[in-house]
Amino acid sequence: MEIPYTVKPRPDTGLYNAKLGIWLFLASEVMLFGGLFSAYILLRVGADLWPHGMLSIPIGTFNTFVLIFSSVTIVMSWASLKLGKLADFKLYMALTIACAFGFLGVKSYEYYVKFTHYDLWFKDDATAQKYFVAAYGEKGEADVRKHFVERFHLQNTKATYDPHEVQLVGHIEGNPLCTTLKRLAKEKQDKILFTPDPKFGSHDHPKAIEIPLSDVKRLSAYVPAHSTFFAIYFTITALHGLHVLGGALVLCYFLFTADKWWKKAPEQFANRIEVGGLFWHFVDLVWIFLFPIIYLL
Amino acid sequence: MSHDHSHSHGPGEACGGHDHDDHHSPEAIHRAVKKYKMVGAVLFAGTVLTVAMYYVHIPSVAITIAVALLIASVKAAFVAGVFMHLSDERKMIYGILLCTVFFLIGLMGLTLWAMHDPPMQTLVGGKPA
Repeated sequence: MEIPYTVKPRPDTGLYNAKLGIWLFLASEVMLFGGLFSAYILLRVGADLWPHGMLSIPIGTFNTFVLIFSSVTIVMSWASLKLGKLADFKLYMALTIACAFGFLGVKSYEYYVKFTHYDLWFKDDATAQKYFVAAYGEKGEADVRKHFVERFHLQNTKATYDPHEVQLVGHIEGNPLCTTLKRLAKEKQDKILFTPDPKFGSHDHPKAIEIPLSDVKRLSAYVPAHSTFFAIYFTITALHGLHVLGGALVLCYFLFTADKWWKKAPEQFANRIEVGGLFWHFVDLVWIFLFPIIYLL
Repeated sequence: MSHDHSHSHGPGEACGGHDHDDHHSPEAIHRAVKKYKMVGAVLFAGTVLTVAMYYVHIPSVAITIAVALLIASVKAAFVAGVFMHLSDERKMIYGILLCTVFFLIGLMGLTLWAMHDPPMQTLVGGKPA
């Protein structure tokens, strides 16, 4: 049975069916992301503390450029079909797909960096003091503490931060992925070699220090369980990433079957590209709001 | 292999109601392509501006958030209006979007409203914990 109204508009809606379908789908997507955005606002406004500067702005900016560029290339691919230029269509579509996988590659790298970056909380202030001095020396310890305290301060927060609760930030030897105290205990490890992050404004890593796990109250990589910030960050960006992946797979299908569709049903094919493009622009649109809200504000 | 379908009915035509020759003639598409490139440049500039604003210290947090969201909204308007062709669409789609905006405002509003309704104390079995 032939699917009706793939090219001509339905008399009652004035739209071909796929276009009406994609807009209804996008409406549901707005509600999905809207729910998460409102959850983000609720969590953030209700939080006593909210971390600041935890994400790389150059990387986020680069990915924003990648998505914007892909939005231009996908609309150009549709325009190429309208002009009857299949070769141009293929070029623009390939560029769009390359951008999609580029975006996902960069995002995966960002995730990897977070999953191998750890915060350590010590059992008491004296123990913390000992390791701060071991890492940064008597002189640098106060600066580093101040910096770590500041990273939790946003201009709008009324909360105060207990400086005795400051954690040491850095990498565990061997860069284990998302490990926990429980897992380390299971592996019968009683100590870790920890390389603290450089001081603010410096690129020199302090020497690695050996830390017995009995001194550690909590250890967490930058995973959703780390904090409310990372929980909502990973939820929204992972969902967005899944949309990018899903979109990219559909676009791959369009590219690899282009010759067949162009011969068989060029008008329907152009409509499919328009519909796919609408979804892709929506993915870009979500990122346009995500980037300033999560990375910058 | 390339076929000339420039005069065939395309997606914009199929979505109906417009003057085909006006909106989807090769000349019109060429004009649209120029517009797409310009909007791309505007979006790039908007991103640079957003990031630049991050490094400008604005004393008021409310203004900082307002500026960031304003730039994002302008960028989003360009994407929706030009790339998604919303500046020239059928009424049916505007209707769908109007409903979406209504429910989105409701969703956001109710969530934020709930913020001012915190439980005053934890109850266990109907008694204060």
